[in-house]
Amino acid sequence: METKAFQKIYTKIDNITKATVSLRARGVGNDELATVGGKLAQVVKTDGDRVTLQVFAGTEGIATNSEVIFHGTPPMLKVSDDLAGRFLNAYGEPMEGGAQLEGEAREIGGPTVNPFKRIQPSELIATGIAGIDLNNTIVSGQKIPFFADPDQPYNQVMAMVALRAKADKIILGGMGLTNDDFLFFKQVFENAGALDRIVSFVNTTDNPPVERLLVPDMALTAAEYFAADKGEKVLVLLTDMTLYADALAIVSNRMDQIPSKDSMPGSLYSDLARIYEKAVQLPNGGSITIIAVTTLSGGDITHAVPDNTGYITEGQLFLRNDSDTGKVIVDPFRSLSRLKQLVIGKKTREDHPQVMNAAVRLYADAANAKTKLENGFDLSDYDERALAFAHDYSEHLLSIDVNIDITRMLDRAWSLFAKYFSKSEVAIKDELVEKYWPKEA
Amino acid sequence: MKTTGQVVGIISNIVVVKADGPVGQNEICSVYLGDIRMMAEVIKVIGENAYVQVYDSTRGLKVGDRVEFEGHMLEATLGPGILSQNYDGLQNDLAKLEGLFIKRGSHTDPLDYEKQWEFKPLAAPGEKVSAGAWLGQVQEKWIEHKIMVPFAMTGRYTVKSVAPAGNYRIKDTIAVITDAEGKDHEITMVQKWPVKQPIRAFVEKPRPSRIMETGVRAIDTFNPIAVGGTGFIPGPFGAGKTVLQHAISKQADADVIIFVACGERANEVVEIFTEFPKLDDPRTGHKLMERTTIICNTSNMPVAAREASVYTGMTIGEYYRAMGLKVLILADSTSRWAQALREMSNRLEELPGQDAFPMDLSAIISNFYARAGMVLLPNGKYGSVTFIGTVSPAGGNLKEPVTESTKKAARCFYALSQGRADSKRYPAIDPLESYSKYLEYSEIKAYLDKRIEPEWVSLVMQGKTLVQQGKEAYEQINILGDDGVPTEYHERFWKSELIDFVILQQDAFDKIDANCPIVRQQYMYKLVLDVCRKEFDFAGFEECTSFFKGLINLFKQMNYSEWDSDKFRDYRSQIDQMVAAKTKEA
Repeated sequence: METKAFQKIYTKIDNITKATVSLRARGVGNDELATVGGKLAQVVKTDGDRVTLQVFAGTEGIATNSEVIFHGTPPMLKVSDDLAGRFLNAYGEPMEGGAQLEGEAREIGGPTVNPFKRIQPSELIATGIAGIDLNNTIVSGQKIPFFADPDQPYNQVMAMVALRAKADKIILGGMGLTNDDFLFFKQVFENAGALDRIVSFVNTTDNPPVERLLVPDMALTAAEYFAADKGEKVLVLLTDMTLYADALAIVSNRMDQIPSKDSMPGSLYSDLARIYEKAVQLPNGGSITIIAVTTLSGGDITHAVPDNTGYITEGQLFLRNDSDTGKVIVDPFRSLSRLKQLVIGKKTREDHPQVMNAAVRLYADAANAKTKLENGFDLSDYDERALAFAHDYSEHLLSIDVNIDITRMLDRAWSLFAKYFSKSEVAIKDELVEKYWPKEA
Repeated sequence: MKTTGQVVGIISNIVVVKADGPVGQNEICSVYLGDIRMMAEVIKVIGENAYVQVYDSTRGLKVGDRVEFEGHMLEATLGPGILSQNYDGLQNDLAKLEGLFIKRGSHTDPLDYEKQWEFKPLAAPGEKVSAGAWLGQVQEKWIEHKIMVPFAMTGRYTVKSVAPAGNYRIKDTIAVITDAEGKDHEITMVQKWPVKQPIRAFVEKPRPSRIMETGVRAIDTFNPIAVGGTGFIPGPFGAGKTVLQHAISKQADADVIIFVACGERANEVVEIFTEFPKLDDPRTGHKLMERTTIICNTSNMPVAAREASVYTGMTIGEYYRAMGLKVLILADSTSRWAQALREMSNRLEELPGQDAFPMDLSAIISNFYARAGMVLLPNGKYGSVTFIGTVSPAGGNLKEPVTESTKKAARCFYALSQGRADSKRYPAIDPLESYSKYLEYSEIKAYLDKRIEPEWVSLVMQGKTLVQQGKEAYEQINILGDDGVPTEYHERFWKSELIDFVILQQDAFDKIDANCPIVRQQYMYKLVLDVCRKEFDFAGFEECTSFFKGLINLFKQMNYSEWDSDKFRDYRSQIDQMVAAKTKEA
């Protein structure tokens, strides 16, 4: 943030609140960056010659005579191949004093891809996890969050998915990441020898919360560079979007806006959509896929953040601890990938859609049987078989520590069907049953 | 001379402009950021300050920047060449925009001004005409696109001349009409109309009197929507709103489909861009895209233009309706539009209503839905606009303001239930919560008596009752246990499951099952009702359960088989045998 020659320096701030300062200044553009007493700030409101600035790091220590210098541009990120392997802060500056970035400075939060120029996503992203690949297949250009309780191992699962997926670049946007989790990601990426294809923008819990607001835009500007300019397949990991939304709420509250549901700003939907909609499949082969984390409070998905997220993203993945097997599984009932229809049975084996549905339906029968059992009713023979099936299904397919390809997942599902059920109970199209029902047994 | 002004304040996309002349409410203005011309709409005037909402990002805009007022409201450009276009909310042609990213202030023409159209005159000199009268027609794709007296021309006119048949461009004069004062007006093929005002070039709006077939059993059989009717689909995320809307847009028997993607996912629009040009319209054999126009303002496009997009779609729909066509408008989702209103109202610091939505939300929604309908045109022909909007209730709670307001305005209610979606019972239209007011219309009843069979509506009601009884039986079974209730309870429950699996559920991704014609719906529904009317002889509930599971499987195979094929008939006879074997002797 070096000062340039001939910049006008203002030294008369006449209003200071927790997050904003205002002063009289002319010729200032909307959204422009400024430095206020050495801290970065952004123009959020102009009224005649009265300019209100939001100070990202908070206004502690700012005095009415602090120096205000306008930069003349909105927040920028320098993009080039130099980004690869870097750990950057919310302003796109190297953490821990690395060398400054080289490259072309681009505005973050730039324009939208023309929807007409988008390509329909059609490339499967395999993760080896059946809860994802079999039941909720992810496709390049998709945006999908994990809805997880804070105690679930979502960062670990996300790191696993990131490394198994064959992406050219992985961009980590960490918002309010604990230092421990940040070091975890760093270590996992280093151990995998994948550092040269990873870029990280990190705001840890040590940093001021409002700075987080810049992280997704920074990460996605970098992603757009690699996808649009270089034609690469980019996977963007955003964790945790709930903390991002909390920062939005803080700012809107300090700007005296009327809150809507759950104290969130009325513009929450648009604010989140602006980020998630950067996921795209481009005609040049490049793509941006976003996998995010939205932490829930007490599993409540009707809260404004998961609720709005669900309407924006193309599905959601739930993690669950399965008490029968003691494994962490991707919940087959509540998880959904909206784009799976584009690849299942097309890029994967023809029986994929029906096998997937039949397995989930039988798993649901098991859940009903379990409820019966808990309510003290006798189980029928079918119920018993369904329960046994559910146990095996959970252990040998859904568990996140299973790592096999989709064809093997399908074969495994057929053998479980044959082990516990008759053909008519499975109720799959006859042609497929004839072809794939295990012959022996 | 145009009123001009200067920017004096900026808060996000609301800009305060000091104007040097008269300014109208909802007037359009251009805000200049260097060479970039951004469109904006006046939403409030206080003294000499006009508050305008900019349909673009205001990043970099400064106090003192120039503004020009255009002297008119936001208008749609209407003429041949709208079909199969992809517009943004302000009717910019997205295909003509250059570059991968949409640059700020990009504007493109909605129509092609150079293209030659083969024109045929319909009116003759001396004829008395008024707004909306047909002067001639051109062939647009497979529809006869009528060239009309512009809707903005009030009063009576006499046709002075009509151009002879031949090729013309849309800006060429194709007729001259004379007003009461003897002044001549040249008519071209293109006209403009302010989108927020309904087009009223019709004689009357009669009650709807026939149904629009959509190929979706849960709609056509259980809760049909009328041609010229209104409906809405509320549902939590993941309940299948979009899949259902896409199915309707593919299969509905309409002449023109307008799909308004309002604040929703871009990839869903891409799906239409990609698939519709390849899919055939089952009725005409033409490509689906030929009858479809997409208005696309996805969630990451400027919020202010989101509101405009639904009005632009409705105006285009009304334009084609005036040609005597059946238009279907689908908007996904109207909640996003309401949210755009909320964001605006919030920035204007208006006192909020429930959930911070503006107080007049309900009135705005009712006015909008009221623009749909069947109309009698001055020439005795009928045209219609059928409107189906989706609503995305926050937290899946149907008591929120947008759902409640829409419920007051729309006649069909297709409630998507989370429970059905969770158990993958698609389409997740809740059979008990949902309703169609049209089933109560005597006109519709009479129509269905003729179209399907006499007393059809009472058959539908029988089905609904069976579903209701099944649900009650299920609750009893859950409370008292499988053994704690008589087998008849199980039978009752499984009969409702039969209706659910065979009629209500439908596989939108299966080639055959996705689209179920009305004759097939009638056949299957009656077959299912026949089974439901029978009384069976079961040794116990387990036999009952496995019997119906087997039966459902056979019925499903039937749904997957080609209509009236050998396989279809074979499954039918298997069902007959299975049912006969277990039926109680009379």
